[in-house]
Amino acid sequence: MIDLSKTIDLSTTYLGLKLRNPLVASSSPMCEDVGNIRRMEDAGAAAVVLHSLFEEQIEIESDELDRFITETSSISSEAQTNFPELNTPVRSADGYLEHIANCKKAVKIPVIASLNGTTKGGWLRYAKQIQQAGADALELNIYYIPTDANITGEQVERQYIELVEAIRAEVRIPLAVKLGPYFSSLANMGRKLDAAGADGLVLFNRFYQPDYDLEALEVVPNLILSNSHELLLRLHWIAVLYGSIKADMALTGGVHSATDVIKAMMAGAKVAMMTSALLKRGISYLDTLCTELLVWMGEHEYDSIKQMQGSMSRNSVPQPKAFERANYVKVLSSYAMR
Amino acid sequence: MSSTTANRPKVLVDGNEAAAYVAHKVSEVIAIYPITPSSNMGEWADQWSSENRPNIWGTVPTVIEMQSEGGAAGALHGALQAGSLATTFTASQGLLLMIPNMYKISGELTSTVFHIAARALAAQALSIFGDHSDVMAARSAGFAMLSSGSVQEVMDIALIAHAATLEARVPFLHFFDGFRTSHEVAKIEQLTDEDLRAMIDDNLVHAHRARALSPDRPVIRGTAQNPDVYFQAREAINPFYLATPTIVQNTMDKFARIVGRQYRLFDYVGAPDAERVLVMMGSGSEVAHECVEALNAKGEKVGLLKVRLFRPFAIEKFVEALPASVKSIAVLDRTKEPGATGEPLYTEVLTALVEMDVKKKVIGGRYGLASKEFTPAMVKGVFDELAKPKAKNHFTIGIVDDVTHTSLDYDPEFSTEVPSTVRALFFGLGADGTVGANKNSIKIIGEETENYAQGYFVYDSKKSGAITTSHLRFGPTPLRSSYLIAKASFIACHQFSFLERIDMLKAAAPGATFLLNSIYGPEEVWDHLPRTVQREIIEKKLKFYVIDGYRVAGDTGMGGRINTIMQTCFFAISGVLPREEAIAAIKHTIEKTYGKRGESVVKKNFAAVDEALAHLHQVNVPAAVTAQFDIRPAVPAAAPEFVQKVLGRIIAGEGDNLPVSAMPIDGTFPSATAQWEKRNIALEIPVWDQELCIQCGKCILVCPHSVIRAKVYDEKHLAGAPATFKAVPARWKDMKDKKYTLQVAPEDCTGCTLCVEFCPVKDKTQVKRRAINMVAQPPIRETEAANWDFFLGIPETERAALSMSQVKDVQLLRPLFEFSGACSGCGETPYVKLMTQLFGDRMYIGNATGCSSIYGGNLPTTPYCINAEGRGPTWSNSLFEDNAEFGLGMRLAVDAQNQYARELVTRLSGVLGDELVEAILKADQSTEPGIFVQRDRVKILREKLAGAGSREASDLLAVADALVKKSVWILGGDGWAYDIGYGGLDHVLASGRNVNVLVLDTEVYSNTGGQASKATPRGAVAKFAAGGKPVGKKDLAMMAVSYGSVYVARVAMGAGDMHTVKAFLEAEAYHGPSIIIAYSHCIAHGYDLAHGMDQQKLAVSTGYWPLFRYNPDLVAQGKNPFQLDSKAPSAALKDFIYNETRYTMLVKSNPEEAKKLLTLAQQDVNQQWKLYDYMAHEPATAEVKK
Repeated sequence: MIDLSKTIDLSTTYLGLKLRNPLVASSSPMCEDVGNIRRMEDAGAAAVVLHSLFEEQIEIESDELDRFITETSSISSEAQTNFPELNTPVRSADGYLEHIANCKKAVKIPVIASLNGTTKGGWLRYAKQIQQAGADALELNIYYIPTDANITGEQVERQYIELVEAIRAEVRIPLAVKLGPYFSSLANMGRKLDAAGADGLVLFNRFYQPDYDLEALEVVPNLILSNSHELLLRLHWIAVLYGSIKADMALTGGVHSATDVIKAMMAGAKVAMMTSALLKRGISYLDTLCTELLVWMGEHEYDSIKQMQGSMSRNSVPQPKAFERANYVKVLSSYAMR
Repeated sequence: MSSTTANRPKVLVDGNEAAAYVAHKVSEVIAIYPITPSSNMGEWADQWSSENRPNIWGTVPTVIEMQSEGGAAGALHGALQAGSLATTFTASQGLLLMIPNMYKISGELTSTVFHIAARALAAQALSIFGDHSDVMAARSAGFAMLSSGSVQEVMDIALIAHAATLEARVPFLHFFDGFRTSHEVAKIEQLTDEDLRAMIDDNLVHAHRARALSPDRPVIRGTAQNPDVYFQAREAINPFYLATPTIVQNTMDKFARIVGRQYRLFDYVGAPDAERVLVMMGSGSEVAHECVEALNAKGEKVGLLKVRLFRPFAIEKFVEALPASVKSIAVLDRTKEPGATGEPLYTEVLTALVEMDVKKKVIGGRYGLASKEFTPAMVKGVFDELAKPKAKNHFTIGIVDDVTHTSLDYDPEFSTEVPSTVRALFFGLGADGTVGANKNSIKIIGEETENYAQGYFVYDSKKSGAITTSHLRFGPTPLRSSYLIAKASFIACHQFSFLERIDMLKAAAPGATFLLNSIYGPEEVWDHLPRTVQREIIEKKLKFYVIDGYRVAGDTGMGGRINTIMQTCFFAISGVLPREEAIAAIKHTIEKTYGKRGESVVKKNFAAVDEALAHLHQVNVPAAVTAQFDIRPAVPAAAPEFVQKVLGRIIAGEGDNLPVSAMPIDGTFPSATAQWEKRNIALEIPVWDQELCIQCGKCILVCPHSVIRAKVYDEKHLAGAPATFKAVPARWKDMKDKKYTLQVAPEDCTGCTLCVEFCPVKDKTQVKRRAINMVAQPPIRETEAANWDFFLGIPETERAALSMSQVKDVQLLRPLFEFSGACSGCGETPYVKLMTQLFGDRMYIGNATGCSSIYGGNLPTTPYCINAEGRGPTWSNSLFEDNAEFGLGMRLAVDAQNQYARELVTRLSGVLGDELVEAILKADQSTEPGIFVQRDRVKILREKLAGAGSREASDLLAVADALVKKSVWILGGDGWAYDIGYGGLDHVLASGRNVNVLVLDTEVYSNTGGQASKATPRGAVAKFAAGGKPVGKKDLAMMAVSYGSVYVARVAMGAGDMHTVKAFLEAEAYHGPSIIIAYSHCIAHGYDLAHGMDQQKLAVSTGYWPLFRYNPDLVAQGKNPFQLDSKAPSAALKDFIYNETRYTMLVKSNPEEAKKLLTLAQQDVNQQWKLYDYMAHEPATAEVKK
């Protein structure tokens, strides 16, 4: 029997990092445990993106701690305080930074940290700390939902660009920017981020979408795992952006099978990131995916991943307009579009 | 005393910290139990040990919190016997509980020091405040007694005590005044480790160890002795007591050589040729010292003898210390011994003079009981009395005794305040951070300038909306002013609403500065000030500044916190430091205070400081008073006479002026007085939406302050209703034709919003709207107050028409507990209120000391009240430790009187008639109607006996009320039930008597500030469990279940309101002991208590707090007595506990430990559920149980 892994080259590069294959375990609660990170490496992950360090969460937790310590103090002559003094400072980012260092010690694959800031100072401070802690790269998880009707799209875009520029100026390690799809001109935004110094774009963030509890009439947090249908939006935009920006692209959201990975590569992604698939099927599924990837490539006579990367991007397909029209038009007059 | 040396650090600490600092440095074992005002000493020691701070021998002392002071003393005794250097801290009742061990420790000549923040003893009332009643009650226990009068002395004399006890072998009580010294922050020189090492002789330590028990050189100690030798053995200790004064003086001399401050057994200050001299101890002697210096500067010849070593009382040294010129002596005692020939210090002085054959005029008097202010004016009053040819003996000073005329007159305007001392007063709201910021301010002034500095902080007696007053003094001369500031050069009001509640500018000196936190700017603020405030600003020519602290706080992310903003303004206006220097110092303390809580907290505070001054404005004060309104009267005009004349004056801050004759002679006060104290502390209050409301009554059930009420009534009662009074058709099947009104008491609400959060109704067009919604209080205060008054006039709903087991019906029962001073959103009081709704008209309540006794019985006004017939709960607090026994005693008395009454009824059948006799004796009182009928019978009985005239008839009239069923309730918190009172509680549960125990389980000592109890759950952070409680909570319920004869219920109102009501009814109906353990959310859990009921729900749904009832009556019915009333856990424990700071604090500071404890705590929950589930499914038939 032929060992396909010896004949087919799965390697890729992402953010300047040489990876043994395009499978990256993405940011999830699983990444909070060093043991899981080790298992991911063993199962074949080429890199791992850690869960995000949320500046807002650090702030809220500190503020709440301060609030309740203060508000329960000076209640009466007898209860001048209600909590003991903190013996040690709250961990803030320390725990996260230690986790990076521990992961680095535990595995050989690149460890990509993820950061969600709320203030410019916070982004910069934590980005530098993450670099210092030994992360191989940093993914900026820009999670910002403009609800203020006075803020224009242009202002939002400028904030993103300025942020990336500022961090780029302070940090050496490769930078990826994780984006949502909600930009008026994503292609233009991609180019601007490219110019601002992003080494990679991670497409797309899956934003929290609150659901309703109809019995309690309450808005409730909702965490639905992704499915392969979500892949299409990502394929679409990676295919569009491929070739027009220097930054590497990572596809995240909707990768559940080897064929999903292959599609991602063909659209132009350098890596395919996975969370839901691993949560559903376990970390060992990475191993299965690797095998299936090799089998598919063997059956279809592909030599390497690099070979297929971007092979079905907008500029590489005979029907580029497929990426510019809405689907129903294609259905009505598919021949005319060729 | 010589002056201090320069090399030691200057620190700003309070007396408790000063004592704990030394004690922790020179001890190995510290056994304590929290009690105000000494708790902080134990807390400091625990904190330092948890930080691994070593003692002078380089080892970290072990600190253990015990279940009571008796337990602490026992553990200490054991530690001493086994050769350790051991110490403890306590006060008041705690010291009384230690007395048995103190006799043992002294009898065995064991070296130790007890540090006492001396406090009043509970007599006609409890008091947490300072005097010498406790130490004087312990004076016969064989301990040497050393007194400190200031914070510096506390540190110095603590060390002298520890050093002396090792040499003397006599144990020492080192005491200082509770609050006035224990809580006064002062700038002192801190002793160094070298000082401590030099003072403590290791050879004596080794000798202490060599005397200890050891199986390697065994002895027996603690024998039982017979009449032949006990006496002689008791006298064998005499040489040690005779030697002690010399040892103490030698130790003081050694201390002087090392440190530079010289103390003597009796320190004399004043004119060397004084003719009049005071003798006293404690912080009062600092006041007297200041006064003596002032009087002598004016040419008088007076002096003061400060007693340091009270026991053994060295009579020769005492006489030596007195100037020969002295003609008359006044001895001031801070304690009272009713019936004695004089108080202890007075009698010691008399004995000393007599035995030394010195003839002087001596008078004795009492001052300062329970932190009663003691001022230079009072000192002068005593000196003036001494100058009289016939000076009054056994006098009192500082009060007006118009009954036995003991009090001395004095001129309250006399002052010895030094003009160069800055005196600042800050009025803040409890929990708004004012006190914390002022503690930082005084530290900045003390540390950054050459000034002497002093801070003292006063709280009012309510736990919600309490006013805190910070008294700050600083200046170039040493501060001995251990009394409150009466004339301030700076006054800050941090809450605008205080202006209509209290006359704070009364304390403003002419030309003083007044800083007001105001939403009104400098141009408009004047029109919003009450007349009195305007008048004082004009007449005293005050410099008036305003700042909108809330706006600055909002803009800088500080929420509602204005403390650092106001602090910055204080520094800017007072000019005590150059502005930039002050700001840098404030920021430095912010970093020190808040740094551990996270960077964002520091940043926000910094921003607030930076923004503050831009919003500070001086107000151009108009020339004339223009306001049309004034400070509100303390109580409404409709209040009864006693409330007007006594309680109202206490509310107005004039309690100090009430004469003895105004006071009840035996601590008995009328019920139902909280209704007259209209505190108006809520910024927003709930308003009923009658269209949305489904009349379920849940908001009423959960309201902690009984400010939401409902009635169902005939429409005719609406005649004359105010225009805004709301009424809708009642939604009751049987009362459809009647009206329903839900009314809020606008001036009593604390604005906690529990009602809104618990309301099950949501508006279908806008789900955030409930059937009850928060609305700004001021605009609707007057109209709603009128509506409330009208509502009160509507007759109560007929109880007979209601089903007691339905929450919907229970809402209509009049609560006989209202408007308590409990924390806003309190989790305990809804249970207490429910209890009074169901059984209030026939309740005896024995209340353990703690939160429930404070909000239940702290003056000025109290919340237990009466119904239209004049009946209601009768309430008493005995102690902390004895409450179960106290309640049992009530039951025994009620039963005994009932038995005697029944016997008399039989004996008097001739007068009463057989029919009435039989009806009374066979009455079924198992239901409320049955009780009401019995009351009617007793009424007839009274009428029949009225003219009988026989002794037996009189006897029966005296006990006839006992023929009507009474409900005895024993209330307390977990500190009582799980810890200090557990032994008694256990005994009472085993007694089989018909008592009902309600444990308000907050899982922590709430009243004394969050110390761990045995109810504290695993993983929760509390004082004495700073690293997270490592072991699980005691299952008190199952311990009670194990008797098989006790009704036990575990309830959580937020998770099962019906269940709670049912449990109360069953517990009361059960003819035997019952215990209800009620989950009570608490501020010490650290979250917004508006969500208290949601957290209760989570406590149950995660399986942390399964609801159950164990009813022994079911056994006879062949049923399983154990009924598990909640469902299997449906969520993870962390979903519940990580909403609370008590748990998340550990997650933030030590996540690995938190994770470990969470895993164990989840296992606890799983195992507990497994056990309960098994028990609930046990096939418990009557046969099986046999």
